[in-house]
Amino acid sequence: MQSTHTIQLTLKPGQHDGDGQRVAEAAARHLGLRTGRVRSAALYTVRYPLSETQLRDFATRCLADPVLHDVRLNELTGAEGYATYILVARRPGVTDDEGTSAQNALADLLNEPLDVHTQHIFSKKLYLLENDLPETNLRRIAEELLGNKLINWLEVGRVADGIRDYTPRPGGGAEAITEVVSLTGLSDAELLQLSKDNIYALNLEEMRAVRDYFAAADTQAERKAAGLPADPTDCELEIIAQTWSEHCKHKEFAAVINYKDTETGEEKQIDSLFKTYIKNATSEVDRQLRANGNDWLIKVFSDNAGAVRINPDSLFVWKVETHNSPSAIDPYGGAITGILGNNRDPLATGIGGARLLFNTNVLCFGNPEFDGQLLTGQLHPRRILEGVRKGIEDGGNKSGVPTVNGAIVFDDRYAGKPLVYCGTGAVMPMQFAGLDSWEKKIDAGDRIIMAGGRVGKDGIHGATFSSIELDETAPATAVQIGSPITQKLAMDFLLLAARRGLLKCSTDNGAGGLSSSVGELAGISGGAVVELERVPLKYPGLRPWEIFVSESQERFTLVVEPGKMAELLALGQEMEVELTDIGFFTADGFLDVRFDGAPVARLNMEFLHEGVPRKTLEAEWTKPATAEPQIPAATDYTETLAQLLGSLNICSRESVIRQYDHEVKGRTIVKPLMGATGQAPQDAAVVRFNFESWEGVAVSNGILPRYGDLDAYDMSAGSFDEAVRQIIAVGGKLPNLTPGDNIFWSVNDNFCVPDSVYDPASNPDGKQKLAKLVRMCEALRDATAAYCIPLTSGKDSMKNDFKADGVKISVPPTVLYSMTAKMEDVRRAITSDFKQADDVVYLLGETHDELGGSEFYALHGQLGANVPKVDFAKAKALYTLIGQANDQNLIQSCHDLSDGGLAVALAETTFGYGYGAEIELPATGLPLATQLFSESHSRFVATVAPEDVVAFEQLLGERATRLGRVTADSKLTVRHAGQTVIAADSASLRTAWTNGPVNNLLGVVSNYNLSHSNSL
Amino acid sequence: MVQDSAQGAHKVQSEVQAGAVRALVLTGFGINCEEEFAAAYRLAGAEATIVHFNQVLHGQVSIHDFDVLNFPGGFSFGDDLGSGVVLANKLRYRQTSAAGRTLLDDIKQFIADGKFVLGICNGFQVLVKLGLLPNLGGDVTPEVTLTHNASGRYEDRWVTLRVNPASRTPFLTGIDKLEVPVRHGEGRLVVPDDATRAAIEAAGLNCLSYIDANGDGTSEYPLNPNGADLNCAGLTDPTGQVFGLMPHPEAFLAAYNHPDWARRRRQNPGASEEGEGLQIFKNIVAHIAEKHTTKAATVQLANQN
Repeated sequence: MQSTHTIQLTLKPGQHDGDGQRVAEAAARHLGLRTGRVRSAALYTVRYPLSETQLRDFATRCLADPVLHDVRLNELTGAEGYATYILVARRPGVTDDEGTSAQNALADLLNEPLDVHTQHIFSKKLYLLENDLPETNLRRIAEELLGNKLINWLEVGRVADGIRDYTPRPGGGAEAITEVVSLTGLSDAELLQLSKDNIYALNLEEMRAVRDYFAAADTQAERKAAGLPADPTDCELEIIAQTWSEHCKHKEFAAVINYKDTETGEEKQIDSLFKTYIKNATSEVDRQLRANGNDWLIKVFSDNAGAVRINPDSLFVWKVETHNSPSAIDPYGGAITGILGNNRDPLATGIGGARLLFNTNVLCFGNPEFDGQLLTGQLHPRRILEGVRKGIEDGGNKSGVPTVNGAIVFDDRYAGKPLVYCGTGAVMPMQFAGLDSWEKKIDAGDRIIMAGGRVGKDGIHGATFSSIELDETAPATAVQIGSPITQKLAMDFLLLAARRGLLKCSTDNGAGGLSSSVGELAGISGGAVVELERVPLKYPGLRPWEIFVSESQERFTLVVEPGKMAELLALGQEMEVELTDIGFFTADGFLDVRFDGAPVARLNMEFLHEGVPRKTLEAEWTKPATAEPQIPAATDYTETLAQLLGSLNICSRESVIRQYDHEVKGRTIVKPLMGATGQAPQDAAVVRFNFESWEGVAVSNGILPRYGDLDAYDMSAGSFDEAVRQIIAVGGKLPNLTPGDNIFWSVNDNFCVPDSVYDPASNPDGKQKLAKLVRMCEALRDATAAYCIPLTSGKDSMKNDFKADGVKISVPPTVLYSMTAKMEDVRRAITSDFKQADDVVYLLGETHDELGGSEFYALHGQLGANVPKVDFAKAKALYTLIGQANDQNLIQSCHDLSDGGLAVALAETTFGYGYGAEIELPATGLPLATQLFSESHSRFVATVAPEDVVAFEQLLGERATRLGRVTADSKLTVRHAGQTVIAADSASLRTAWTNGPVNNLLGVVSNYNLSHSNSL
Repeated sequence: MVQDSAQGAHKVQSEVQAGAVRALVLTGFGINCEEEFAAAYRLAGAEATIVHFNQVLHGQVSIHDFDVLNFPGGFSFGDDLGSGVVLANKLRYRQTSAAGRTLLDDIKQFIADGKFVLGICNGFQVLVKLGLLPNLGGDVTPEVTLTHNASGRYEDRWVTLRVNPASRTPFLTGIDKLEVPVRHGEGRLVVPDDATRAAIEAAGLNCLSYIDANGDGTSEYPLNPNGADLNCAGLTDPTGQVFGLMPHPEAFLAAYNHPDWARRRRQNPGASEEGEGLQIFKNIVAHIAEKHTTKAATVQLANQN
C-alpha cells in the first residue's frame, strides 16, 4: 500500500466554475491582468497507507460530488488549452480545516479511529490559466488575490514544465531547550537591543526593572532553592514581556500624564486615564443607579467581558475588542481570529458557558479605490477590505452567531493599519448548578485544563507585536488562522459543561496564550504549576517558551475541581473536544512552569502583575488653526444630495451586509436593512433574547473620527451621542429615568490611537496626540455622567502606525462606543423607513451652524471649523420625551441624523417602500446648505400618524419641528423660502446610494434595484 | 448528553405525554440552527429534543423513539468538502454496530415506518448528498446536488416561494405562498440531466419554487438567489415524508422577523403575531398528531373486537 497519494477533483465539462471565473474577473479588475479562462481544481494529498481501492472509494464516494466532479488519482496534470498554473498550499502548521474534514470522512469510510489531531490530509487549490502569463504576473495573482505569503506556499509556472506540488513536512524532534539570558552587566543600549531583538516590546525602564528583580538577593535565594539559574530563562522573559505588554497591561492608560492646554494655559496632572475618566466615572454612574433602585450593574472591568442583569434569571454579557495589527498583515486571518477571539470573551466570563446572541463589527479602512504606490509590506486597502469582510463572514456565519449590524469608515490614514473592531453580546443564566455564574473562584489544588485546539508556532508574540508600530519586517509567526468549527465544538462543550456544574471557572486563551490565561487566573488562587510537556502540539519542534506564549486559536483554559475531572473528560470525549490536564493552581505566590520535571520558569506573582514601572507621559493641547470655507450656494441641491448618497462614507454597504448572516437564531427584529425593498438602512439592531418573552436588546455603534481633526473632545462626545441616539431612534429608553425600571445599558469604549508617546526624533507631535487622547477621555466622562450610562468593559490599542520606506502612516485618533440597551418589548421597536402616506414628518432636535468636518464639506475638499458639539442636557431631555412618545405609540418611524445631515436622512427614509415626502424647511435664519447638510448631533427625522399629531406636538413642544408629510408618489421634494431646492424620485436616489463605490467594488449587480418581495 | 433546550426544559422519553408529537433535533459539529428549530416545534405544540449527533451515532438516543427527525442548518464540519458532505458520509459509512449497521439503515427503517424527516439549509444539503432527496430510484443514491450559488457568494436575503400544487407532502398542506429568508452560499440545485428533471417534475417533488412579483417561478437574481435548476428551493421524496429546503422557515416564527414587519403591522394592526414559517411546523405536528389519534383509535377498535 502506497502511503502518499494525490487526489484531484475537477469540474465536469459544462459545470459552472464560479471560483475560476472570480479569479479571472478579479485579476482583470484589480490587477489589470488578462488570464483568459481560469479553471479551478481541488487537490488533496493523503499521507496515509491506502490500497488502490480504498483510495478510489475515498475520492469518488467521500470527496467528489458525483454530479459535479471528475476525479484524477496520483497525477498532477493540467487540462488541454491551459498554459500556466498557480498552486496554493499551506505552510507547515497552518490550520487546514478542509484537510481535517477530509480526514474525518476517511475515518468514517474506513471505520477506523483515525486521529484527527494529527494531519494526514493536506488540502490545496490548483488554478489553471488559459493565457501564458510571465511568472511575475502569476506571482502577483497568487500573492495578491489567492493567498498570503505568510501562511500560504505558492507555486506558479508553465503547465508544460510540469506542475510543482508542495506538501508541508513536519519539523524535527521535540526541542526541550530552555536558554538562559544573561542580564547582569548589560548596558542600557544592550538591554534595549535585547528587547528589540526578541520582540519583548519593553522600554528601558521596564528592562531595568526586570534586571533588578533577578539581581535582588531574595530572588536569587529563591531561585537557587528551586533549582533555577541565577539569570532569567527565555521563558521567564517571554512571560514578563507578554504580561507587561501594552496589549495586556494598558500601561499608557495607567500612566501619569502631565497635561497642558496652550490656549487657556491650564496645566494638570492626570493620575491614570483609566482610573480618572473610565473607572471612576462608572463608579459614579453606579452610585446614581443604585440610589434609584437600579442595581443591574453586576460586573465591570474585572473579567473578559462586562455583565449586566436582564432579569432575575439572566445576565447580558458584552465585549468589543480590536484586532488591528494582524488584520494589517493578513486581513482574512486577522479578522476571523478577531471575531472568534472576541467571542471567547463573553463565553469565558465568570464560570463560562454564556450563549452567544450576536456579533457586531466596525471597520476602518483606507480608500479602497487608492491607485498610488504602496509602501513595502503594505497591503492595498481594497485587499484589506475584502479579506476582513471574508473573515467576518466565516467567523460569524460558521459559528452560528448573527452579525446584526456594524459600520465601515473610510479615511486614507487607515491605509497603513486598518481598525477592525469586533463585538459580541451573550446571555448567561444568573446561576450554574447553584453558583453565581459571573464569579471566578479558584482554590489551590484545582486542575488547569486546556480545551480546544492544539498549539503550534502560530500567533507567537501577538500581544507584544500589537504593542509596537507595524513595519515591513512583521513576523510571520504573529499570524494566526482561526477555525470556526473547532471553536464551535468547544463552545457547544462549554455550554453543557457549565450547565452541568463541571466548571469552577474558565478563561480565554488569547493574547499571550497560556502565559497570560494561566498567569491571570493564578492571580486568583495565588499561584500555579504548569507542566508544559503535557500540552498537545500541532507538530513537534516547539520550545517550552513557545508552547507557553503561543496564541494558537480556539483554546480555553478551564479550572476544574479534581473530583469533577472524570465527568468532564468523558463529556469532552463524547463531544470530540480535546481536553488536557496541564497542571494545578497553588497558593504559594509563584507561577511555576516545568517541562518534563525540569524548571522552565518560576516568577513571583506580585512582581509579574504589579512590578511594571509606571510611565509618566507628556500631553500638550494646541487648538488647530481652522476656518470655515466659502462654498458658493447651489441653485438646486438635488445633485449634491445624489453625490453625497453615492459617496464612500455614506453609500450602501448592502454587498457586505448580505454576506453576513444577520438572522441565524431567528431573533433579529431590527436588521441592518429593512422595509419592503430590504434597502432601508437602520440605526441600531434589535435582537430578542429568546422565544418565550419579548424582551430584547438594542445594539449601536458611535464612531466619528474625522471630527477629531477639529477637536478630539467634540469627536468623542459626538461619537457617544451618536451611539445613544441610534438606540433612542429604534425605540430604546435612557436608563435610570424612573426608580427600579431595570433598563440596563452596557457600553464598551475602544480607543485606537497612533503612537502618542512624545519623542523629539521619532514622534515629534506625540504630545499633541496624547492631548487628543486626554480630551477624548474627558468627553467620555462627561457623557457617561450626563446620560447616566455606564461603561462595562473596553480596550485600548495604542500604536496604530505603519512605518516603511521612511514613511509613517498613522491612524487618526479614533474611539468607538459600542452600546447595548435593554428593550422591554421588541414589538415596540421603531424602524427608520416611512410607513404610510400622509404621516407627518418632523425634525426632532436643533440644527446649528455646524458643517465642520461634515460630508458636505468633504465633498468640496474642505474641513471647516465649526465641529458639531453635543449639548448633553438638551439631548437627554429630547431622548426622554421620545421614549415617552413611543410608550404612547405616537411614532411611526424614526431615523437619526448623521453623515450628510437632514437631506441624506430624508432620502434614506424613503428607501423602504418607495414613499416620497413633501418637505418645507422652516425659516430659521440658517443658510440653506446648513439646514440640509449640517451634522449637528442629537437629531432625528420622525413620522407621526395624522391622528396622533396633536398628542405628539403637545408632548414634544418646541423640540419637534414640523417639516411636511409623507406622500404616496415616491417623490422627495424639499422647498425652502418658496423655492423647490430638492426634487428627486426616491428610486433614483436609492440607485445613487446602492450604486456607490462599496457595492460596485464588491461586485453587486449594479443595475439591480429590485424588491425582494412582491408586496409592492 | 441530550442537550437542554433554550428553556432548559428537556424531557426524557418516559416523561413525554402520551400521544405528544416528538421531534428530534440534531446538533453538534457546526450545526447552528437547532435552537430556533426546536422553538418552532414547541410553538407548534410538539415536544422538541435537541440531541448531539454523537448521542445518536453512539446509540444513547434512538431516532425510533421520535416521530420526526430534523437536520437543522449551519455548517456541519465547516462545509469543508462541500456543504453537508461529511455529515452525509458519516450517516452512510460509519458503522454503529458490529453487524455493520449504519445510521442510514436506521433512517431507511424510520421512513419505512411512516415517520418524517426534515432538513433545512445545511440539513437539506445533507439529505441531498445522502440521496434521501429526491430519491427517485428509491435506493438512496445521490441524484442531484446543491452547490455554490451562481452569484458566487453567500447571501442573507428574503425570498418568496410558491408551493407546487402537485406536491404531496403534509409539511406544506394548505400553503400557497411563503416568504422566508435564505442564508447560504451553496444553495444552487443542479439536476444533471433532462430525464431526472422530468422525473422530478412529473412526481411534483420540486415542491417549492422561487417566484417573482407575478407569482411565476423565476431564474432572475436576486428573486432566485442562487440560480437553482427548476427555480427550485425545496424537494420532497416520492413518499412526501422526507422534505428539505434551502430557505429558513424556522427563522420566521414571529411576524416581527420580517424585514417589513413594522409597515405591515401599521397597515394591519390586528394581523397574527405568528410568522409564516411556523405553518410548516404546525402542519407536520397536526398531521402526526392526527395519525397518532387514528392509530390509537384503530388500536382501541382492535382491542374491542
